[in-house]
Amino acid sequence: MGDGAVRSATVSAVQTTSPLQARRRRLSGRLGDLSLYVVTGAAALGSVVLVGAIVWKVFRLSADSFHQFGFGFVTGREWDPVKHVFGALPFIYGTAVSSFVALVIATPLAIAIGLYLSELAPRGLRGIVGSLVELLAAIPSVVLGLWGILVLGPFVAHHVEPWLHSAFGFIPLFGDPQQTGQGLFTAALILTIMIVPIVAAISRELFLGVPRELEEGALALGTTRWEMVRGVILPATRSGIAAALILGLGRALGEAIAVTQVIGGGTRIGWSLFPPADTLASKLASSYQGANPGLEISSLLYLAAILLVIGLIANLLAQIIVRRFDPLRGAKA
Amino acid sequence: MSRYRRRKVVNRTMEVVATLAALVAVTVLVIVVVSVALRGAGALSWDFFFKPQALFGQPGGGIANALVGTILLIALATAMAVPVGVLTAIYLTEFAPKRLAVPIQVVIDVLAGLPTIVIGIFVYALLVIGHTQSGYAGAVSLAIIMLPLVARATQEVLLLVPSTLREASLALGVRRWRTVVGVILPSSVGGILTGTLLAVARAAGETAPLLFTSSIFANTVQTDVTKPLPNIPVLIFTYSEQADPALHEQAWAAALVLMGFVLIASLGAKALLARSRKRLAG
Repeated sequence: MGDGAVRSATVSAVQTTSPLQARRRRLSGRLGDLSLYVVTGAAALGSVVLVGAIVWKVFRLSADSFHQFGFGFVTGREWDPVKHVFGALPFIYGTAVSSFVALVIATPLAIAIGLYLSELAPRGLRGIVGSLVELLAAIPSVVLGLWGILVLGPFVAHHVEPWLHSAFGFIPLFGDPQQTGQGLFTAALILTIMIVPIVAAISRELFLGVPRELEEGALALGTTRWEMVRGVILPATRSGIAAALILGLGRALGEAIAVTQVIGGGTRIGWSLFPPADTLASKLASSYQGANPGLEISSLLYLAAILLVIGLIANLLAQIIVRRFDPLRGAKA
Repeated sequence: MSRYRRRKVVNRTMEVVATLAALVAVTVLVIVVVSVALRGAGALSWDFFFKPQALFGQPGGGIANALVGTILLIALATAMAVPVGVLTAIYLTEFAPKRLAVPIQVVIDVLAGLPTIVIGIFVYALLVIGHTQSGYAGAVSLAIIMLPLVARATQEVLLLVPSTLREASLALGVRRWRTVVGVILPSSVGGILTGTLLAVARAAGETAPLLFTSSIFANTVQTDVTKPLPNIPVLIFTYSEQADPALHEQAWAAALVLMGFVLIASLGAKALLARSRKRLAG
């Protein structure tokens, strides 16, 4: 009854506006819809174009160096601006080693923190510790690098490296300690500090997403909490953790500033983790300013192109894993 | 029985290990913050904030020029990134068909994960080669870093807007665009602001892109964006590479200012985000 009244009121209201006005309003409404659609669509498309432009620009500017050295650039061990010989191997080696060492240290640490935050921490501490770990990720890399060069570096040089050398010196990884503490090992430690909070935050979310019934079912069967973690939580979140680790790895591979500050710079390739080296990103950050236009700049951009390809692969891989292979996500959907 | 004991011991050990891991992370944070604060606090003074950098080799001086430059760079970058990011998020949540939304989402997440130095080189290649370094080139590179963060945060709050609101508006015969502008955006404006604040906190500390776009700057206060703008991250980076202890002290103080801003901004943003999320989720 009431509805009918409302409807007739609306109908009469519409009828009192002239047909011309109604048409104009309909037109402006349609125009509004269309323009919002176009503007937002253009913005979204803009991001896609942007990524395309980044890839295109970096590759185009590295073309000179690519024509000169081809794929042999990747295995070239020399970087000599005077002789115009450039090769990326020392930097690929530095990137791989520093990121890998960081990942080896960070993986157990981050997963343990994720477990603590999701399973162990008392309710009152959970939020506080969680935010503190996230704050660690917010510290600007240049500040972390400053701390690394002036505090962590000397500590590593005077305490950590001598100790590792005397205790595990028979392993070639732990060679003679360095005086300054600037080197691959310090860089790896700084990278560890950067990726632990990222991986820990993602793992916590993953662990919290495991259905309660599964966890309680295992506990009801008489498992200890650790056995439940090992038998239920970790297998259920395996792919998510893998994706988180790849994201962390991507961050470590591409970090330029903090690494440049602590890695010392050099083109040595060897077993020991302690001597100075360079990563792709740190070489770019430290060398571009004095670089000669032409082949040297182009070779630096070749390094950037390698970095870009690695970064793209790591990110896409992480996304594919998250979207395709997460068993829990599939179950929930 | 001994088997049961062993299981208990293993369990206990693992619990201790996990707790220790969390403790290590918190300790590292405390050590970094405290050592920056201790070393930086000594050099903080009015002069430090209101005087520009001293000429090379001279004592004293402050970071006034870098402070002004950083604020300008961030303001410009925010003005570029926020509209595009918000519009992108609106497209993805309100308009995009699924087969377009997923790939665009992937691309935006990839953009968020690209090494920032590569973004710096891109802008360098785009705007600096053939010209000179400039404030707007620096702002563009920061905006590219902020864009995916703003888009992501906006998308999250847009998805939280109850569909009943959306449907109620559409059922009243309100046009789609009026629904978006008049109903959906106002109810998610808090979330957009906090997302922006998070992106600002991130961009304020970014050094790598500025190294290529706005790093060779004057030690006077500079407000002309067509010239390289002095900024705090590059100042810290340059000082940290010098051997002079006086410059190190300035670097610590600048790091304290930067870190203080970034930590407070991210804490504040997180608190606000939790609040607006709670309100929207009702």
